[in-house]
Amino acid sequence: MNIVVCAKQVVDVSEMKVDSSTKKPILQGIPQKISDIDKNAIEEAIKIKEKHDGKITVVTVGPNDAKERIKELLAMGADEGVLIPYSEKYDYHVVSSLLAGAIKKIGEYDIVLCGEASIDLFSGQIGPRLAGLLNIPQITYAQSVNAEGVKVVAERNMGDKMVTTESSYPVLITVTKEINEPRLPSLMQILGAANKPINEWSANSLVQDKLEPVIEIVELKGVPMERKNIVYQDDLDESIEKLVDSLAKEGVLGG
Amino acid sequence: MVLVFSDDDKLCLEILSKGNELAKELSKKLTAVIIGKSDDALARKYIAHGADTVVVAETDLDSFKAEEYTGILENILKETKPEIILIGSNKNGKELAPRLASKLGAGCVTDCTNLYVKNKKLTAERIVYSGNAVAIEQFTSRPNIVTIPRKVFEPLPKNEKHSGNIVKKKVEVKKTASKVLKVQEMQTGDVNVEDAEIIVSCGRGFKNKDDIKLINELAEVLKGRTVGCSRPIAADLKWLSEDHWIGLSGHKVKPRLYIAVGISGQIQHIAGMRDSGIIVAINKDPEALIFKSADYGIVGDLYQVVPKLTNAVKEKMG
Repeated sequence: MNIVVCAKQVVDVSEMKVDSSTKKPILQGIPQKISDIDKNAIEEAIKIKEKHDGKITVVTVGPNDAKERIKELLAMGADEGVLIPYSEKYDYHVVSSLLAGAIKKIGEYDIVLCGEASIDLFSGQIGPRLAGLLNIPQITYAQSVNAEGVKVVAERNMGDKMVTTESSYPVLITVTKEINEPRLPSLMQILGAANKPINEWSANSLVQDKLEPVIEIVELKGVPMERKNIVYQDDLDESIEKLVDSLAKEGVLGG
Repeated sequence: MVLVFSDDDKLCLEILSKGNELAKELSKKLTAVIIGKSDDALARKYIAHGADTVVVAETDLDSFKAEEYTGILENILKETKPEIILIGSNKNGKELAPRLASKLGAGCVTDCTNLYVKNKKLTAERIVYSGNAVAIEQFTSRPNIVTIPRKVFEPLPKNEKHSGNIVKKKVEVKKTASKVLKVQEMQTGDVNVEDAEIIVSCGRGFKNKDDIKLINELAEVLKGRTVGCSRPIAADLKWLSEDHWIGLSGHKVKPRLYIAVGISGQIQHIAGMRDSGIIVAINKDPEALIFKSADYGIVGDLYQVVPKLTNAVKEKMG
């Protein structure tokens, strides 16, 4: 079974700070990591490989230092990495076109796995866009995946419904965070990953025309959370009395 | 033309309202699309809520598949050539819109929370970085695809006098290699956190599943009767079903009163409840992040605080 996993390097959102004067998020100097749900995708790929054998290729579009992040995924159990260095303006249209180009170059694949969305922007576009560009079926929001010889069956969390979908190969699957618990590589695996190849494929070797973004982020504005922040922490009975009085004054008790 | 589609009727009415506003501003017509069995009553309802035309793509598909729906919409778009396509942002819509966008080489913004025309360009806002920022995005080429979640826009009042035409169209659906085997309604009971006026929520501060009754009681005396929770309670421990889950990946709520009990206040949770009227936090850790997002807070052990608070509210309300 040949599996391609798409992974994105993102800022660690939990480390993000907000500039207190401009209220804008500070993105510089924040540690980078592989988006959490993409690690679930890798984990699922490894599980499928354990059952069926085959090869796992990880593909990333990003800056050169993303190589370090790819190594983590190789340590987990991926066999080969592909980095498409890209420093020009990009959007989902550009990135999915590059990934589709890389997957076509890889050639033989049975499953493309993605996280349902990246934890930074959480758009959830790459999976369905890729499936569209590759013209293959898509199984989104998978909470469980059972890959068999000629077909795969997945249970999908579609909000108010649980949908079970089956597909032949090739197929694109996006997974949710609940599907598994990504493994932590052992020291031996981390050392072993140094010998696994990470290829660099340039954008213009993958797509013929120059890619132009069709959307641009014109501004990133902070979200001021203006709350009263009144905290009662002395005598409990007194605190509760004050709280209930305040709530009554706010008019949120009853009716 | 502005074109609107959602397989969720209620959501479709909300999007029609925004579609109507954009269409007027741009002097365009507004078209709604129904995919499935012919439904004149629904088509007329869409017209009464602002659609100038309703295209009914008649199929005998019994379940949604993004590949097939993309094909159907592509067909309709070839004839109607809309500049703007608004799609309901339920999970179906969120997997449909980007696939459609890839076929058209179009831009797409998902989960948009505000939408307007600025400098002649369609401009969409969406929440990013776990609720820490809003990205303002502009389309630089056409068509423009936007998905809109529930409760972002209000439907227009029903206007029976608004006239429009219904166009029925038989569509051939290209078969795809995937197959829906089973559709199971999630156990919903009667929980609907998104419509709740008062919500009491629980988090990791609770030691046992049974202890959730403490907040049930508080919710009951508050006449809110709605219980929410943070991710660990629904997704990891499964003490409550996902209908209760409030957060970035769960439900987004805006009750008049939100009480967070034993919830640390991870940004992912805040993203789901930040629009609440009054926010109250109860947590034993005075440094807990949740207090930064709260109007009122009590530092204390929830096992002591909640029963006392329940009694105090009961007395106050008589």
